[in-house]
Amino acid sequence: MDILTWTYILVGLSFTVYIGIAIWSRAGSTKEFYVAGGGVSPLANGMATAADWMSAASFISMAGLIAFAGYDGSVYLMGWTGGYVLLALLLAPYLRKFGKFTVPDFVGDRYYSNKARVVAVICALFISFTYVAGQMRGVGIVFSRYLEIEIEYGVLIGMAIVFFYAVLGGMKGITYTQVAQFCVLIFAYMVPAIFISMQLTGNPVPQLGLGGNLADGTPLLEKLDGVMTELGFAAYTAGRKGMGDMLMITLALMVGTAGLPHVIVRFFTVPKVKDARLSAGYALVFIAILYTTAPAVAAFGIYNAIQSTSNQNISELPAWVQNWQKTNLIQIQDKNGDGKVQYLANPETNELNIDKDIMVLASPEIAELPNWVVGLVAAGAMAAALSTAAGLLLVISTSVSRDLVKNFNPGISEKKELLIARIAAAGAVVLAGYFGVNPPGFVAEVVAFAFGLAAASFFPVIILGIFSTKINKEGAITGMIAGLVFTIGYILYFKFLHPELNSSAHWWWGISPEGIGSIGMLLNFACCYLVSLFTPAPPQQVQDLIQEIRIPKGAGKAQEH
Amino acid sequence: MNENQARMSAYWKRNLKTLVVLLLIWFLVSFGCGILFVDFLNQFKIGGYPLGFWFAQQGSIYGFIGLIFVYVVRMNKLDREFGVNED
Repeated sequence: MDILTWTYILVGLSFTVYIGIAIWSRAGSTKEFYVAGGGVSPLANGMATAADWMSAASFISMAGLIAFAGYDGSVYLMGWTGGYVLLALLLAPYLRKFGKFTVPDFVGDRYYSNKARVVAVICALFISFTYVAGQMRGVGIVFSRYLEIEIEYGVLIGMAIVFFYAVLGGMKGITYTQVAQFCVLIFAYMVPAIFISMQLTGNPVPQLGLGGNLADGTPLLEKLDGVMTELGFAAYTAGRKGMGDMLMITLALMVGTAGLPHVIVRFFTVPKVKDARLSAGYALVFIAILYTTAPAVAAFGIYNAIQSTSNQNISELPAWVQNWQKTNLIQIQDKNGDGKVQYLANPETNELNIDKDIMVLASPEIAELPNWVVGLVAAGAMAAALSTAAGLLLVISTSVSRDLVKNFNPGISEKKELLIARIAAAGAVVLAGYFGVNPPGFVAEVVAFAFGLAAASFFPVIILGIFSTKINKEGAITGMIAGLVFTIGYILYFKFLHPELNSSAHWWWGISPEGIGSIGMLLNFACCYLVSLFTPAPPQQVQDLIQEIRIPKGAGKAQEH
Repeated sequence: MNENQARMSAYWKRNLKTLVVLLLIWFLVSFGCGILFVDFLNQFKIGGYPLGFWFAQQGSIYGFIGLIFVYVVRMNKLDREFGVNED
């Protein structure tokens, strides 16, 4: 069977499974809709969190980013995993004990203020919308590349699927579909990686293959360093970014991860405080399977790409290069007319442009694997995009139905609240789809926004809300707003207003817009502390609440009130 | 302060101590070995990996997993010791 047939079969099959799960796990109450009834096992929640967290960008683009950045790509690897340590140790158990449904719930109650709640809702909505637009676009791109469907129709099909299980099933439906999606995506990622590792290094474990030797006995990384420097690039294992910037970007990504509402809310779904801790551990194990494989896929990919193109005759390039040239993801221009490809660091003489997404998308063809593996990778990429989109849509719908409507109209019935949640989810799907079809020209840039904002807004007020009894509502509101305004301002200035100044010479303290969330976070901490010094301490009932969430005993299931 | 409050504040202090130690290790395996001391560590090899590069792209992640599971075990023990466990 050809690639297209296999892709239709595998993608179709995976969609059928997701819809089947959605019908089986339909939500009947608001509690099931918001937190899956609070009865998800730590292992299942770990898998669901992993799928929730690993987006189209993790699956398709991360390996490529690392391939071209080499050592500098480590910021993504450490940043997007190290955040789970902060989540497990500083946030998840206490928020689980707090026992409500959303992050704005916590901010509003702990800081005894509806103003703080509304600021938190705005942050949550902004972060989630920027993120979800990218996911829908990812679904569209996968459809158009593998199934030869227009991006617009691809986005529509993706919307229909997510609509079905997120609107119908709520958190309960999403959780069990995410478990299935994790299995699909991790299998799809590992199969080509294992085969390529075997071909290059003879070791089936990619994590060991990356440190292994090539057929001629030289270590792969040593050879890669040599090849890269010969072409005029920096050595693969050496850094190019400033050390300060590396530190700040890594910190911003870690703290941002721990502050993302769609990740935090997953820990509200387990029965006990100790399950929340354990579940964060499982989640990181499942995430690490992909995150420790990605640097291997990156190095194998760039090595293979250079070996099979650099100084080769254009007429004799391997079939996969020619296939992907059609999609413009690989572009070759014979500038000096010698009939060969020159891949060089100097943009004047370089004749080869490779899109970063190639490293994963073309990996089955590079390794000459059977056609069904290509279909599998398509299904995996789709699973990664859909699972993240669903988690984000739930945050959006919950923010509207619970944090806004229910909070300001406490009298509405559960049935009505559930209806509003579903309508909000449906509205969010449509809006996300719109942005997927008509992406704002800066989808890639806004991702820096999402992390920077999560780091600068939520993380400090949640941490201080748990670990300090002194921080009051005035401090928290000032802190969130100061962190947000500073971070948004810095990113806007360098990314949109003056992109020509976006270089280390102009950055403050040499910190790039990607890393500025760290400074926003520090500013938020400082404001919380200073303003609280000069304003009245939190009332007694809040002091009691803080003491209460510090002790695991008596968590019970997520309460409705 | 009554007896129960004193116990809870002792529990909280032990908890904070655990957190400080674990977060120190968290900082060391990632920011330390992966970024600050990377050039120094790259003199050494682990398999075909320069050691600093290994920490940045592999070792730090394994370290994070280890840290969370150590935390889970220690906290479960601490919870039982102070009778604040949930079952």
